[in-house]
Amino acid sequence: MTDFFQNTLGMSYEFAWFTATIAGILLIALPLMLAVAMIIYVDRKVWAAIALRRGPNVVGPFGLLQSFADGLKVFLQETIIPSAANKGLFLIAPIVTFTVALLAWAVIPFGPEAVLADINIGLLYVLAISSLGVYGVVVSGWASNSKYPFFSAMRAAAQMISYEVSIGFILICVILYAGSSNLNTIIVAQIGHGFGLVNAFAFNLLLFPMWVMFLISSLAETARAPFDLTEAESELVAGYQTEYSSMSFALFWLGEYANVLLMAALNAILFFGGWLPPLNIDLIPWFDIPGFIWLFAKIFFFFFVFSWVKATVPRFRYDQLMRLGWKVFLPLSLAFVVLTSGWLMLTRYG
Amino acid sequence: MVDLSQYLPILLFLFIALGLSALFVFLPMGVSRLTGAHNPDAEKLSEYECGFPAFEDPRSQFDVRFYLIAILFIVFDLEAAFLFPWAVSLDLTGWPGWITMMIFLGELAVGLAYAWKVGALEWD
Repeated sequence: MTDFFQNTLGMSYEFAWFTATIAGILLIALPLMLAVAMIIYVDRKVWAAIALRRGPNVVGPFGLLQSFADGLKVFLQETIIPSAANKGLFLIAPIVTFTVALLAWAVIPFGPEAVLADINIGLLYVLAISSLGVYGVVVSGWASNSKYPFFSAMRAAAQMISYEVSIGFILICVILYAGSSNLNTIIVAQIGHGFGLVNAFAFNLLLFPMWVMFLISSLAETARAPFDLTEAESELVAGYQTEYSSMSFALFWLGEYANVLLMAALNAILFFGGWLPPLNIDLIPWFDIPGFIWLFAKIFFFFFVFSWVKATVPRFRYDQLMRLGWKVFLPLSLAFVVLTSGWLMLTRYG
Repeated sequence: MVDLSQYLPILLFLFIALGLSALFVFLPMGVSRLTGAHNPDAEKLSEYECGFPAFEDPRSQFDVRFYLIAILFIVFDLEAAFLFPWAVSLDLTGWPGWITMMIFLGELAVGLAYAWKVGALEWD
């Protein structure tokens, strides 16, 4: 894009780079917000279909504009700041949540060249940024100075950090196979990985269990059902967002769904070949279809799986959640780091 | 030498994301004052407690196990952070690197087993 601004519009290199970068950032951030609005609609439609209801169908054709109507309503509402709250922190929390949710997308590759920041520690960056998401939750729960948000923030923080540990080890397994933590390199390493035919790490006996654990961990990490104990509405009203209203409330929702999309994207990128077509045969011209279409299709598929799970699986108890995270996933992922690295040492590097 | 130019877009993204979220928080506050939706009263501003005044300070005691989990998290997340550079350079370090890391992982597995045995992971 820098070339375009430099050569076609005759800008100097620095200015062209700056314009291209800003355009790239807006090209990620604005469609992401649009995608979040639409994905909330998809989510509600999928639950509705599974529960034999119709879902939103009044606003716009097939109810497509429902999220935008909700957004406008929320935008015009009054922002209530409870008198007991710590006002500064109370307003900072949604800002942190949403900023962090947007920021992780900086390293996601949408195509071979279409990545904003092609850094060599891409996966470490994603892990670090998703860790920061805990701050928004904890700060909102603390600053609300109210019982339900406080309990919810405690639960959410413990839950997110518990599953982050096993996610870290699962990522190590993928990095071991790809030999790099650059997301584009990881995707390219998956070409023909499964039997020389399938472009996916998931078709590998050592990485398939990792993918299953990653899928479940990403549900827990984003506090989606069946791990939505942070906002278990029968116990905690609305969780850490109970005291929020207006757009500050909506920012938590936007951030949450942006994170869900990010996790779906990571599932696609790390285990299902990201922007690569699913099969490595050129019978029909797979490779002529732009990469981002494949990536979006895979993200959409994983999002559908997330909604499906939410609509069908009952909620875990907190002790079950913690047992799964610490007593099952952590030892298993640790063992798989040993297994994967040992296997690679024997077959590839030894 | 590390090429830091790839990190500048992230910094710019940070500023834009911060600005965007701050706009989303503060703009509705201004708009609601203009439209007249902003109309606070003492009841509305009290904390949520199912329709009666709060009994006690919300920031009361909480279970020590949340604290334990946080402590354990620091240990194991740091461990994962150590593994990242090792994982990308497995071909360079070879068997000595692998064996060293296995010893390190073994020590942490002992730590996990200890935490398990003393009941730090029990939740019932």
